[in-house]
Amino acid sequence: MTNDIQTEMRPVVRLSNARKAFGGSQVLKDISLEVLPGEVVAIIGPSGGGKSTLLRCLTLLERLDGGALSYSAKDGSEIVVARPDGDDPDAPAVYADKRELARAREQFGLVFQNFNLFPHMTVMQNVMDAPLVVQRRGRAEVEGQAHELLCKMGLEGCEEKVPCQLSGGQQQRASIARALALNPRALYFDEPTSALDPELTGEVLRVLKQLAAEDTTMVVVTHEMAFAREVADRVIFMDGGVTVEEGPAEQVMGAPRHERTRAFLGRFGA
Amino acid sequence: MAIATMAEMLCDGFMISVQIFLWTLVGAIPLGIPIALARVSRFRPLSWLARAYISLMRGTPLMLQMFEVYFAPYYVFGIQLSPASKWQACIIAFIINYAAYFAEIYRSGLQSIPRGQYEAAEVLGYSHGQTFTRIVMPQVAKRILPAMGNEVITLVKDTSLAFAIGVAEMFSTAKALVASQRSMMPFAMAAAMYWVFNMAVEFVLGRAEKKMDYYHD
Repeated sequence: MTNDIQTEMRPVVRLSNARKAFGGSQVLKDISLEVLPGEVVAIIGPSGGGKSTLLRCLTLLERLDGGALSYSAKDGSEIVVARPDGDDPDAPAVYADKRELARAREQFGLVFQNFNLFPHMTVMQNVMDAPLVVQRRGRAEVEGQAHELLCKMGLEGCEEKVPCQLSGGQQQRASIARALALNPRALYFDEPTSALDPELTGEVLRVLKQLAAEDTTMVVVTHEMAFAREVADRVIFMDGGVTVEEGPAEQVMGAPRHERTRAFLGRFGA
Repeated sequence: MAIATMAEMLCDGFMISVQIFLWTLVGAIPLGIPIALARVSRFRPLSWLARAYISLMRGTPLMLQMFEVYFAPYYVFGIQLSPASKWQACIIAFIINYAAYFAEIYRSGLQSIPRGQYEAAEVLGYSHGQTFTRIVMPQVAKRILPAMGNEVITLVKDTSLAFAIGVAEMFSTAKALVASQRSMMPFAMAAAMYWVFNMAVEFVLGRAEKKMDYYHD
């Protein structure tokens, strides 16, 4: 039992001392992050502060220059994605082989700011294709799950439509369904409502709230301060490539300790 | 000579033209894919090689290339030319020439696919091959169709260049008939047949475009 709880509470993702530079400018400076199962983490901060780069490194779309990154699988085993070369923690990061990276990718899903649905596929095909082709699951089972997910996202009746026939909010909800269809352990969101008007933003945030209520593990980069405050268990304020402040949403957003956090939140009137 | 007889002779030539046309498409459409992939490859020597190939094929006359392909086996390797060599040289020259043009069209299509599509596929766990065949290719096909249509229509007319090395396609036949019959009629008839054939090509292309019109991005 004790052992079960320990496995249960092992972080889904563990990032330590992450460094990343683009052409001489240090975008991430020594960032560390752990996300526990069921936790909702909001990452806020000014543009250019490294939020998106952090998410891109966590999702393996970018490679770290230095630091360590690992995921834990459903069976409790650890998947080491990147680690310092040798014993020196400041050594350049070395990445695992293709197979390990593929295993790591199975642990998370990513929802993009611009949805990035496949325009030539129907909504149903968008949701079903990866489970069928990547995970090689049976069609009947995948189809059942896809219907269920689309209903949950409020997209019944849209199954046979193509993305260009949907509103932005519907497209984003379809892309959330697509990510969930692979049964990931955690979901990352990169400013999921930044391309949407306030009304459509509301639809998408309602879906995120519902997922949070169901104990979905989520990391959300967002400019929606009210949402972060209401839904996130933990808020991370990032600026200049470092974590300036981190803690329970109430504390970071209600009583920020750092001047930079206060100034940033002040601009949002939060 | 009766018009019907001339038409019959032209039709024989036309069948040869159509064969050049079809063989070129069958060869050049797939051959363009590896050339385009080499051209966009991040491995510099490969990309450079593809670039040089495309430059040479586009930068020199197809007619001249046909002569080179036809005579090279004899002058370079001392291989005796057979009656079939003309036909083989003609098809090979057309394929390697058109593959270069197609490769550039494919490249324009490949480079127009937003990076987000590749990233979405990568995060969902698609392999490179799956990303190419399931996500990228179908979208590229739609985007390049108008440009491919242009090239295919040009190909119909370019088949007449085969007369230069003595392949008896429709234009060679028309030219011979004009000389022997002292009449412009065969030219007019050949022109009509090229045009009608191209209208059929346009029709097929239009149908294909319509079929892919179920989405826009």
